[in-house]
Amino acid sequence: MTQTPDQVLDCSGLSCPLPVVNTSKAIKGLEIGQVLKMISTDPGSQADMEAWSRQTGHPLLSSLHDGDKYIYFIQRSK
Amino acid sequence: MKSDPNVPKRLALIASKGSLDWAYPPFILATAAGAMGWEVGVFFTFYGLPLLLKDLNTKVTPLGNPAMPMKMPFGSEGFQSINWPVPTLAMALPGFSEVATSLMKQTFKNKGVASIPELRSLAIELDVNLVACQMTMDVFGFKKEQFVEQASVAGAAAFLEYAAEADVQLFV
Repeated sequence: MTQTPDQVLDCSGLSCPLPVVNTSKAIKGLEIGQVLKMISTDPGSQADMEAWSRQTGHPLLSSLHDGDKYIYFIQRSK
Repeated sequence: MKSDPNVPKRLALIASKGSLDWAYPPFILATAAGAMGWEVGVFFTFYGLPLLLKDLNTKVTPLGNPAMPMKMPFGSEGFQSINWPVPTLAMALPGFSEVATSLMKQTFKNKGVASIPELRSLAIELDVNLVACQMTMDVFGFKKEQFVEQASVAGAAAFLEYAAEADVQLFV
């Protein structure tokens, strides 16, 4: 599934907790309904982004694993 | 536990250690919880109190810290994986703590881990409540003016009341 994001946030090379912290900052800058694409190289971000999505209520539309990259599409819901 | 799902969850932390290594858990947990929209309060007590100082100067030493790996943040992958067997007596030499501190800071930087000052700034940005222990201030002679301006001052009863309403309470 590919989508056109409204914003791209590259967290490559950053460790916990920066991918979720930077994602939360970026999502606040979007309009409701807009989509953020976040790129991480942290394998721990998979479980973290799922938890972050459940806790914040912003849905994780899709997550992909491509080589050493973990790519997430998150929609601002509120 | 909150019964209303619309009320944000609350995390109550006690930060009781102020060395470079032990400064990480409270700040990582506080910023991660803040990023999830949780309300967060960190009570800085005993050796954790200096983490509120405007001039942050956290250090680490392997002395009395036998689980701490002594690894180099440069060179080939094989070289970096060596856990150097430093004799305990050598760890007591002047300047050893400074060397160990700079090696750990460099390792963290290489691995994309935020520094303690960066994490503390993020915590402030995420409205984490930073609370200084009044008793520790009195014992060790700290003044509120020495702390970041966002810090407030309270005692054990105030923390316990806050923690009683929290979903997660941790002592670090």
